[in-house]
Amino acid sequence: MAMMKNITIGQYIPGESIVHQLDPRTKILATFLFIALLFLVDTFTGYALGALLLFSIVLLSRIPVKFVLRGIRPLAFIIVLTLCLHFFMTEGRVLFQFWFLKLTYEGLIRGLMMVSRLILLIIGSSLLTLTTSPILLTDGIESLLKPFKVIGVPAHELAMMMTIALRFIPTLVEETEKIMKAQMARGADFESGNIFQRAKSLIPILIPLFVSAFRRADELATAMEARGYRGGEGRTRFRVLRFTRRDAAALILITAFVALVAFYC
Amino acid sequence: MADALIRFVDVSFSYSSDLEHGFEALAGINLEIADGEFVAVLGHNGSGKSTLAKHINALLVPTSGKVFVAGIDTQDGERLWEIRQKVGMVFQNPDNQLVATTVEEDVAFGPENLGIPTPEIHRRVDEALKIVGMSDYRLHSPHQLSGGQKQRVAIAGMIAMRPRCIVFDEPTAMLDPVGRHEVMQTVIKLNQEEKITIVLITHAMEEAILADRVIVMEEGKIVLTGTPREVFSQVETLAKLRLDVPEITSLANRLRRRGFAQIPNNILTIEEMVNVLCRLG
Amino acid sequence: MSYIYNAGQPMAHEALRNVSLTIEDGEFVGLIGHTGSGKSTLVQHFNGLLRPTAGTVFVDGVDIFGKDVNLRKVRQKVGMVFQYPEYQLFGETVFEDVAFGPKNMGVPDAELPGRVDQALALVGLDPGLKERSPFELSGGQKRKVAIAGVLAMQPQILILDEPTAGLDPKGRDEVLSLVAYLHQKENKTIVLVSHSMEDVARLAQRLIVMARGKIVLEGPPEVVFRQADYLEAIGLGVPQVTKLLQALKKQGFAVDPDHYTIEAVEDEIVRLLETK
Repeated sequence: MAMMKNITIGQYIPGESIVHQLDPRTKILATFLFIALLFLVDTFTGYALGALLLFSIVLLSRIPVKFVLRGIRPLAFIIVLTLCLHFFMTEGRVLFQFWFLKLTYEGLIRGLMMVSRLILLIIGSSLLTLTTSPILLTDGIESLLKPFKVIGVPAHELAMMMTIALRFIPTLVEETEKIMKAQMARGADFESGNIFQRAKSLIPILIPLFVSAFRRADELATAMEARGYRGGEGRTRFRVLRFTRRDAAALILITAFVALVAFYC
Repeated sequence: MADALIRFVDVSFSYSSDLEHGFEALAGINLEIADGEFVAVLGHNGSGKSTLAKHINALLVPTSGKVFVAGIDTQDGERLWEIRQKVGMVFQNPDNQLVATTVEEDVAFGPENLGIPTPEIHRRVDEALKIVGMSDYRLHSPHQLSGGQKQRVAIAGMIAMRPRCIVFDEPTAMLDPVGRHEVMQTVIKLNQEEKITIVLITHAMEEAILADRVIVMEEGKIVLTGTPREVFSQVETLAKLRLDVPEITSLANRLRRRGFAQIPNNILTIEEMVNVLCRLG
Repeated sequence: MSYIYNAGQPMAHEALRNVSLTIEDGEFVGLIGHTGSGKSTLVQHFNGLLRPTAGTVFVDGVDIFGKDVNLRKVRQKVGMVFQYPEYQLFGETVFEDVAFGPKNMGVPDAELPGRVDQALALVGLDPGLKERSPFELSGGQKRKVAIAGVLAMQPQILILDEPTAGLDPKGRDEVLSLVAYLHQKENKTIVLVSHSMEDVARLAQRLIVMARGKIVLEGPPEVVFRQADYLEAIGLGVPQVTKLLQALKKQGFAVDPDHYTIEAVEDEIVRLLETK
């Protein structure tokens, strides 16, 4: 658990590649386009082309493949489950049978397609967070949401919330460790017992944590006010996002690719 | 002082929850702080010193009386943000002041709020980090820093707003000796080199000694005021207020009570004591 | 007789290297060191919160990481008060929070009120606060409740990590008086982890100084404070009054610098002045 505070959300891996240097908005939009592609396409050729696109981006980003594939591990269970569900629950031409389970041809195809889609989805989104620092990601989201302010989307406030959350996650993790140790020193046991007992044993951790979080929020708000914060109006930025020709080129390429593949496959 | 930077005129304050009980956190405070002064405010917890501090940058406004910052009434809602730019504040908990994920971004937070153009923000961030000695840490995340370092970043964040005065509310209470030293060195530098007015709320003697003037509070009132030497020589009064004096001053006082009247009652440091004893022997 | 010994534990940034020490029953030990010296890591081995990568920890002759050892019993014997303990309060009432420790230790429900009352009395809190929510209390009271929560388990050994952190002089005096009382009248073994030379000098019988994961100095206060220059080099110091005596000695005065309380130094200087 001591390691947790060293892991940033989405495991950003710093680098100087072309992909890293793209404006975060470009990458966010590209990811959305890619995800759209995955849902528009229905053939193995389509998915294969999508995989090709991803693979070339991974190469360009110079991120070791093992990091890219890491995102799949936590979802391995769901992947296998999806496979099995489709394999054995789809009606059709039976290929194989053991016991009461019938593997059908249609099921095989369906299962493999769903899983391909899932894996590409995971890798695609991982690429976004692997190549974009949390700060830039937040800036990018805020910028993209700004036009929606007219319909009441609080772009600045959302971005501020995300920044503060990212800032405090390691701090809160550290605090949770401290509280756990303090309660263990008083004989608390978080490991034994059934689910119900274990949930109850978390109360001496959750309550102090919540109380502390509220206190922090209060103190932070006062500090922010003392530094002249009064919402997003009139604020300038330290860091300015710049949409360059490279970004435009990248977006156009990806849009074209997605359009073509969606149309023909 | 007509040109005092900060003026308290008959200020009284009660928290809304206390109004019915008639408990006043501040009672009839009259105070003037000149431009460039370094004032320390001492008092045990509950004496009103924190409440006083929060009146200086209009986080609180008096229930009666007035507070003026550079001539501006703190109750003037429209000029509130002017006041906040002129008077910065650094708080006790180093963690709960840092809002961004990296040091340089956090220092930029204040200027961003002031609407300062981007290139100027960069200049100010560089300058502020240099003054507090944290330039090498600009890309670090807050949780990687020590308490003293975090406080220095918070101070830099204030400096970047170019205030005329900074109020420090027990800035070293949660720090270890190394952190305390780092922060106090920075505070002195701000006062002497950058000519920033300092109001330091503390209950640590070693820190109050550094000020030009010391104010002691008790039950919402100012009960003692003067130079550090003048205030700390009143050992018995301070003891009654449950406040410490520097060990050396206390020692001098004890020696005087043992009959050694030649020992002055306003010794503050080891060097002074050594000199006195050398002269005596 | 309590007896603790351990060695070796590398960890991300607070490492311990080949630390061996023994603490006797009824001793008052002051553990000092700058942040990162390993002192907090060290004390967390005493009640099994941390496990050494090499070496053993014995409490009352028993290897606490051995087979069949119930760590809970160890934690009943070795009570630990963390820094800013008021941040661990969670009970709906003061009673519930203070009773948490003894309850976990298996104290029967019927005995809990007695334990809680006793603990609250020890820390100087009005027993009438029992039914109040701990969150309604002042900072100083909250800290006392947290300390009471550990005392209610009636530990034989008490470890306190910076118990005066963040308190004003009055609060500090109250806590230190309590610790002194627990040592002298209740015969508890005390390990006080602190930055404050003055606090530790006044109360401890033996000082252990740590730096960079190792024990670098050990002994009674007067012996440790003789190494003033070294202590300053590692970011610590000596009590102001001791520094004074050392400065006087350097100037050629015939003083014995092995004193570290204001009373003792006062007497020493009076002696010096009277022999003029």
